[in-house]
Amino acid sequence: MKTIKTLSLAVVAALSFASCSDDDDTPEIVNEEEVITTMTVTLTPNDGSEVITLQSRDLDGEGSDAPVITISGNLASGTTYDGAIVLLNETESPAEDITEEVEEESDEHQFFYTISSGLDVTTEYSNNDSDGNPLGTEFTLTAGAASTGTITFTLRHEPTKPNDGIESAGGETDILVSYSVTVE
Amino acid sequence: MRIYALMGLLFFSISSISQNCNNTLSGKITDSHDGTALVGAMVIIAGTEQTVVTDINGYFNIQNLCDQTYAIQISHPYCLTNGYKVKVEGNTIKDFQLEHHLEELNEIVLKGHKENKKINTIAENKLTQEAIEAYSNGSLGDALNSLSGVSSLNTGSTVVKPMINGLHSSRVVLINNGVRMEDQEWGVEHAPNIDVNTADHITLIKGAGAIQYSGDAIAGVIITEPQAIFIKDSLYGKTIVSASSNGRGSTLTSKLTKSSATGWFGTVQGTRKRYGDFEAPDYILSNTGTSESSASLRFGLNKFNYGIEGYYSFYKNKIGILSASHIGGAEDQVRAINSNIPLIINDFTYDIGDPKQDITHHLARLKAFKKFAGLGKVTLQYDFQQNHRLEYDIRVGDDSDKPSLDLVLKTHTLLVDIDSKLSENSTLKSGIMARYQDNFADPSTGVRRLIPDYEKYDLGIYGIGTFQLQDNWFVEAGARFDYSYMDVYKFYRTSFWESRNYDELFPEIVVEEFDNQLLTNPQYNFYNASGTIGSTYSFNDNYKLFLNYSLASRVPNPSELFSEGLHHSASRIELGDLNFSSEIANKVALTFQKQGTVFGFSIQPFINTINNFIVIEPTDVEQTIRGNFQVWEYRQTNAQLLGVDVDATYAFTKNLDFKHQFSFVKGYDRNNKAALISMPPVNTTNEITYQNLKANHLKLAIQSEYVFRQNEYPNNNFEVYIAQSETYELVDVSTPPDAYHLLNFKSSIDFPITKKSNLTLGFSVTNLLNTRYRNYLNSLRYYADDLGRNFLFNLKFNY
Repeated sequence: MKTIKTLSLAVVAALSFASCSDDDDTPEIVNEEEVITTMTVTLTPNDGSEVITLQSRDLDGEGSDAPVITISGNLASGTTYDGAIVLLNETESPAEDITEEVEEESDEHQFFYTISSGLDVTTEYSNNDSDGNPLGTEFTLTAGAASTGTITFTLRHEPTKPNDGIESAGGETDILVSYSVTVE
Repeated sequence: MRIYALMGLLFFSISSISQNCNNTLSGKITDSHDGTALVGAMVIIAGTEQTVVTDINGYFNIQNLCDQTYAIQISHPYCLTNGYKVKVEGNTIKDFQLEHHLEELNEIVLKGHKENKKINTIAENKLTQEAIEAYSNGSLGDALNSLSGVSSLNTGSTVVKPMINGLHSSRVVLINNGVRMEDQEWGVEHAPNIDVNTADHITLIKGAGAIQYSGDAIAGVIITEPQAIFIKDSLYGKTIVSASSNGRGSTLTSKLTKSSATGWFGTVQGTRKRYGDFEAPDYILSNTGTSESSASLRFGLNKFNYGIEGYYSFYKNKIGILSASHIGGAEDQVRAINSNIPLIINDFTYDIGDPKQDITHHLARLKAFKKFAGLGKVTLQYDFQQNHRLEYDIRVGDDSDKPSLDLVLKTHTLLVDIDSKLSENSTLKSGIMARYQDNFADPSTGVRRLIPDYEKYDLGIYGIGTFQLQDNWFVEAGARFDYSYMDVYKFYRTSFWESRNYDELFPEIVVEEFDNQLLTNPQYNFYNASGTIGSTYSFNDNYKLFLNYSLASRVPNPSELFSEGLHHSASRIELGDLNFSSEIANKVALTFQKQGTVFGFSIQPFINTINNFIVIEPTDVEQTIRGNFQVWEYRQTNAQLLGVDVDATYAFTKNLDFKHQFSFVKGYDRNNKAALISMPPVNTTNEITYQNLKANHLKLAIQSEYVFRQNEYPNNNFEVYIAQSETYELVDVSTPPDAYHLLNFKSSIDFPITKKSNLTLGFSVTNLLNTRYRNYLNSLRYYADDLGRNFLFNLKFNY
């Protein structure tokens, strides 16, 4: 009987302890660190003409609202452009530059550029990872004859390196954005 | 002590000669179990040579006693003779209770066991100690899978969730050592955190009948129980070592029990498992290793009229999730599905990399009981659980070592149960439960919370009556009422909040607004009723009919209410709904059973009608900066499940047995008039066992397991545009894999070492033919084949 008394005391003590836990604290907000909300491709022509930007922006991250895609202008036939890709997390203020992380872990990442068959455009990698394999946050783009089509930028995480292109690269897709462009 | 008392008595009797000695001592002697009067009990007073016998009502009366303390002895033919000290002051009235005779006491222990039956109007399926030992290296889900009507929902080969008659997750209530497991089992990839080796036997109740434990077990209840400890001086234990070729690992489990004649006992138990990457027939399943450590301690005092018991268990499990299953969106899924082999195959390793789960579960329980004459057995239990779940995804940069999910769930429960016998033919069991639960999602993960912070309060009250109408006819009825209150703090993305129209439906729950997020405080009250009524009729010694109807109500769990965002490990966007109400299930189960030494069978058809059934299904494809993702949305519908489980055994000769199992279940969405997703396909298991008791209990068994293709499934396929090929490709996430057949071999032999110790050697092979197969209920079936051949060596030492 004494043990039962002791036990019930212990139970009451435990319960009152439990109910004392503070429940007034509201939880802390989480702004996701690794979310990529914005991809901006800047194409700077070698001839000094107008810079073209391609941007995909999805401020609410995954889900709900679809990304907003803007293209500042058309590519000029016969022009070569220096391309640079910037990835941002704009859910944070100031925005976090994710490109830096991709470049820090360059051997685990690679950008691929897929040009649709109707579009007369060629690309070439301009920067490499720490092992000398293509990374592709920087590239050159040469616009051929007047045409329209899509350029798809795919960032793969942990692809097989070196590889013969996106089909054999494997890995996990971190970014996949298609832009409809026109060469005039 | 007793000698001092007697000496004291002697001294008092000498000194008290001159006292008033006209007192009477009277009282009643009753049976301590049911309070019935004991007729003809003999009461002897030491020092006076007086002896009286109780009358027909159990009363006695002793005269001419002095004011002093007497030693008396009470005996009865059916009871233990017992001595007492009684202080007489004037006319004294004192009642006594006697315990049954030792031999009968043993009988009562057995009877008590029968009374412990969870429910008497649903045929129970049981896993015995021997069967559990065979799964020593596996999981609870694997062990239960061997019962008919139980399948498992797998995430790879090590995350195994039991599924009863087509239902899983929080619809399956798990009672571990008398404690309801609270371990975030809402998601598909959260397996129960129980070491199968802690259980001595496991009972499966396919239905909500066990309302003593809960009213929300829409699928059923699984009860794991420890070994019964006898009141005698003894020290015993067992150790099992098993090693397997697939996974190249081993399991060691050991248990030691000390019991004593005074009723004190203690048990310590521990398990350690370590496996590397498992293998499919053609390749290594990279990052599927597992590491599990667990320990438990149980101690207490076991008396006939009262007892106290403490239990503590610790469980830690680290599980790798198949590397090839970590994909980034629909395009990757097309590649994975179209590839016959996993996209990532590395060399064998014991390392467990990301993605992985890391779970720690503490469980502590204190329980005490006392039997009160006329009232019955009163049990008081307090238990505490803490579940800490870490999930690691593949992350980049500074976050690569941080978990993506970090949840701590704490639960306190207080239970009071009263078990009483109303009459010779009826019993009443009733009780009350209070529970407090707190979930904390650590924001330092830097990932938006998958499960929000919440507090939950539950209060439950139940009563179950049983009536033995005739010797062969038994009726049972019970009712339960549960109240639940949930207080949740959840951040929503403003875009989602508005797209769901929540800004108009629930404007009052918004606490604070941020740039692109809202903090909300949803609060829920749920009032749920549940009940069961059933009957068992025995035609003769062999044939029995069980009929049971049960009503169960389940509160929607937090993931169903609040999910919103990308579930990385499933690479899909999951969405819950704040509008959900409780699921209400009406289940009718019938069992026709024949028991016999040569031929026995049981047929168990059931029909389960569930209103407001919550199901998660692909609904859409959403475009994100990472490509297209599938959207899986929870929705409520009305469901109908029906099926039948069949077991049969036939003994060809004394040494040769045949065992058959067959399970069939169909699930329909009555609103959409379509099949329900993730219903187990029809399956049958047949086994032939040769057993020779004379040849060291030699046992050889060959088992055939045939799983049909699931032909009824909803078509949730979708198309995605693939830039590389400039084509639209079908993402086939619906079509179930083909039927498959597996052969397994089992053998064991016993060697007595000494009089009290025994060694059992076992050797078995699963998937003997190294068959390539994929299982519809395995969420990783898109990415890789299931396990290939496994040689398993097992050594058990009983001492």
